Amino acid sequence: MRVPIEWLKSYVGIEKIDEKTLMDKLVLTGSNNEGSYKICEGVENVVVGKILNITQHPNADKLVVVTVDVGTEEIQIVTGATNINIGDYIPVALNGATIARGVKIKKGKLRGEVSNGMLCSLEELGFEGSSIPKEFDDGILILDQPYPVGEDILKILKLDNSVIEFEITPNRPDCLSMLGMAREVSASFDIPVNLPEVYTESAASEVKSFASVRIDDSDLCPRYAAKIIKNIKIESSPQWMQLRLMQSGMRPINNIVDITNYVMLEYGQPIHAFDLHSVSGGEIIIRRAVEGEVITTLDDKDRVLSQDMLVIADKDKPIAIAGVMGGANTEISVETKAVLLEVATFDKTSIRKTSKDLGLRSEASSRYEKGVSVELPAMVVDRVCHLIELLDAGEVVPGLIDVYPNKAPRLEIPFRVERINQMIGCELTIDEMIAIFKKLEIGVVDTDGYKAIPPYYRLDLLKEIDLVEEIARLYGYDQIKMTLPKTSTWGARTNAQLIEEKAKTELLASGVDEILTYSFVSRKDLDRIHLPEDSLLRKQVELINPLGEEFSVMRASLVPNILEVLSRNYNRKNLKVKVFEMGSVFLPKELPVMQLPIEKKMLTIGIYGEHEDFFTLKGIVENLLTGIGIDGYYFEKETHAPSYHTGRCANIIWGDHILGTMGEIHPLVQEEYSLGTRTYVADLDFNLIMQLSRESKLFKSIPRYPAIERDIAVLVKDETTSLQIEQLVKSSAGELLESVVMFDMYKGRQIPEGYKSAAYALVFRSEERTLEDEAVNKIFSKILKALEVELDAQLR
Amino acid sequence: MKEILEKILLLATDEVKAAKSLKELEDLRVKYLGKKGEVTTVLKNMKDLSNEERPIIGKMANDVREAIENLLDSVKEDKKKIEMEIQLQTEGIDVTMPSKKSLRGHKHPLNVALDEIKEIFLGMGFKIAEGPEIDTVYHNFDALNAPIDHPSRSLSDTFYINEDLILRTQTSPIQVRTMKSQKPPIRIIAPGRCFRNDEIDATHSPMFHQIEGLVVDKDITMADLKGTLDMFAKRLFGSQTRTKFRPHYFPFTEPSGEVDVSCFKCGGEGCRFCKGSGWIEILGCGMVHPNVLRECGIDPEVYTGFAFGMGLDRITMLKYEIDDIRILFENDIRLIKQF
Repeated sequence: MRVPIEWLKSYVGIEKIDEKTLMDKLVLTGSNNEGSYKICEGVENVVVGKILNITQHPNADKLVVVTVDVGTEEIQIVTGATNINIGDYIPVALNGATIARGVKIKKGKLRGEVSNGMLCSLEELGFEGSSIPKEFDDGILILDQPYPVGEDILKILKLDNSVIEFEITPNRPDCLSMLGMAREVSASFDIPVNLPEVYTESAASEVKSFASVRIDDSDLCPRYAAKIIKNIKIESSPQWMQLRLMQSGMRPINNIVDITNYVMLEYGQPIHAFDLHSVSGGEIIIRRAVEGEVITTLDDKDRVLSQDMLVIADKDKPIAIAGVMGGANTEISVETKAVLLEVATFDKTSIRKTSKDLGLRSEASSRYEKGVSVELPAMVVDRVCHLIELLDAGEVVPGLIDVYPNKAPRLEIPFRVERINQMIGCELTIDEMIAIFKKLEIGVVDTDGYKAIPPYYRLDLLKEIDLVEEIARLYGYDQIKMTLPKTSTWGARTNAQLIEEKAKTELLASGVDEILTYSFVSRKDLDRIHLPEDSLLRKQVELINPLGEEFSVMRASLVPNILEVLSRNYNRKNLKVKVFEMGSVFLPKELPVMQLPIEKKMLTIGIYGEHEDFFTLKGIVENLLTGIGIDGYYFEKETHAPSYHTGRCANIIWGDHILGTMGEIHPLVQEEYSLGTRTYVADLDFNLIMQLSRESKLFKSIPRYPAIERDIAVLVKDETTSLQIEQLVKSSAGELLESVVMFDMYKGRQIPEGYKSAAYALVFRSEERTLEDEAVNKIFSKILKALEVELDAQLR
Repeated sequence: MKEILEKILLLATDEVKAAKSLKELEDLRVKYLGKKGEVTTVLKNMKDLSNEERPIIGKMANDVREAIENLLDSVKEDKKKIEMEIQLQTEGIDVTMPSKKSLRGHKHPLNVALDEIKEIFLGMGFKIAEGPEIDTVYHNFDALNAPIDHPSRSLSDTFYINEDLILRTQTSPIQVRTMKSQKPPIRIIAPGRCFRNDEIDATHSPMFHQIEGLVVDKDITMADLKGTLDMFAKRLFGSQTRTKFRPHYFPFTEPSGEVDVSCFKCGGEGCRFCKGSGWIEILGCGMVHPNVLRECGIDPEVYTGFAFGMGLDRITMLKYEIDDIRILFENDIRLIKQF
């Protein structure tokens, strides 16, 4: 809401309040702003001038030479303007002046003739092209009355005040008006509001002989007031009105339209004017449209209406889409002799829907859809009539048509002083509250408890809680104490949150960086990781209105996201990258989606880099699982995971559960993501992992006796796994074996085809005594024997 | 024998004194005192001596041995000192050479900031509540007193899955779920991803993060709201931070407000981060609307509460001076490694 301070001053005495104080205080009472600006910011040394003489430029057809009286002297200026006449008062930028957008004016010669300044258009004074009236669109601003020559134009036209851009919250449609803002200023500074002058009836009503109004659908139109103006003289409105409209961002059109816009800005009540002679029989009927009914609106577009839309019609045809836009068939023009003014209230939901369905928004509809008080029409009509008389734009026909079938009852809101104090945390007395209410024109009665009576324009005050807000904001949020809640809760993370943190700590300790990627992805992502068409993950949750295909479905796997990030980093020449994301995947319970899908937390890790391989990633996974207290898991080769290298992929198994899959990415997938290096991914079901996590660490005493270490190297068949060998060594060795760890695996020269050599370091230790070689030798031969028998292994 | 011993002593003394290293000293010890050393040999050969000579020579040999040992020890001690001195002098390093880093991983900056915020609220008695990213229109709008024709519900603002399911546009549905599932006293923060139908640019992302908070109990006041948020701001941005509460409007709270903090970049003097105003808006807040409490099964006549919400992305960007939100979701490790 643009509020020119100069205009605001007509309703509240704020001459002594500077702009910053005004704005700061209003912020604290609830009227926030998006800043203020001066339309003519930076304009300097532009004065009132009077044109004394105009002669044709001797050397240029399109230029004239004018003599201008600027008070101190008469100067010569060369201009291309065509709308000036001798005797006109105009703005003159003198030598050294600054006009809009910082342009400096210097004297000089134009085609050989001296020019000592420039005559200014509205645009050159800083107005937006879109708000300049047509008459001055392409020419110099001609002042509408004689002003003292040489005076600063900004002072003369009162353009030296700022315009404040207020941010009006949806609960305060009443503030979308000069009076609404004036009331806020009044309440904030405790100064009275001066209401505008209005018309008063002085003769017997004659209106019935001109027009009639019938409301057929009063559910959508609670009130309709109409007034007739005859002997209309369409002309431009006076400059003071034009300037106020322009500063508010509205283009002046003619006196009638300008008055309706001006009063709309004053009161927030939309007003429409019909050309009375185009309204058949002067009959106004407010009814729902007939399905398929067509009307040409003021913007010259044909609109097809549906039966839930409200129209204003005469007996033959629709003449306006109620509260949205008038029809071209009743538009006022220079020929208009009489107008019917419409000041009505319409249902806001209906207006919003109609406006949305037609894709047609107007100043009127945007106000109606936020809410306009049903009490406004009568006083607004009187204001319009006053201005019509003031501007001599026509003759007001005595009498008002005011169809208002169900007058709204006066609202009384019961409130409790203690409740208000308790919500705010203050200790105001009833008298202090009444004083605050008074500033807001809220009345208070004490019948059977206190009741507040809100003023007609405050549509947001309905319940006690709304009064709490009023008291709080005018008492001042800054006056409210600061205390801490005396609540007996304690702060703590849940177990799940603790496990999550622990898991992240383990990954960070392994040098893996955390990433965060979008929850919505492209459907094509699953193609890119080579998931088969019939994969369960292909059943994805889809958005109705995505930003684009690449954000159209909810992710079913984090693997594509991780690969995308690795790819981006690879492309940017980051040589060594280890990343993880912990986040949700979305699995529908049915398709199409009816109920909330399953959101499963996944933990996905991706790495590449010079020394990275399957086993570095395996180490990261092991550290993670061990770190959050999971043991007893093992890795089992997986040859059918489509995204992975068939020979380098494993499932991580715990009991009957698969905790996840990890391995080297399939070369084709690697290529798909333009990764020029082997890449490894682990994709873990974190929901499951979280359930298996145990916090059950027990101290194991530090060994008191020395260990005996033995190495063993055996030749085994290639398909024999390290896990098999380890398990066999453990089971045949008995409890004196402390650990068995592979330290070498060799295939190639000296090893027969289909075989490999595997070497293990064994550590033996007793908790009760120092072991002797003898005892270890015995166990060692038992192990060898078992390896020979069970795995066909040969000692090397 | 006596002469031999004297000779040995003389020779050994000379040799020990002339020794240049600990190694040489050790060799000399072996040469004279070792199993096959010269003094040992003398002692071994004592069996050939007469009974009168044996004790004399024996004592003498022991004296010689002792003398050599003492000499060796003292020279050894000196040599050790000298050698250590040499070692310390020759082993100097350039301490300005680069360190050998053990590579650790780094949290995403959004979570670094989030962790900080979580710690503050945990310390103030809040728990951390979570909820689904896909939620119902009911939890996200209806239960929160959002007018049925509110523009935020439109397809141009909210991502829909079907008529009833959406990507949550705020973390408030978590508040609703919490109020419906537990009785007051309630004190939670609800962090999480949110989604709005915004085209991606430097300041907009269709996915962003919010942290909301909720306190419901008997006698909760606006003063409690102010006190809590003021303490939060001081903990997050430094104890010098001041807060400014301005009235505002939200459908789910009344009275509602916005909170500015004194600019933590310039201390309130005005800079590019606060656009010269000295204040930075970081929070929306208010007293939970009675309609919302009632809808969640809490009697607004018995309980009152406050709620607040802030954008994690915005706070992170302000704090670390990141000027483009897109960079947060690119995940270039050169960004992440900085946090």
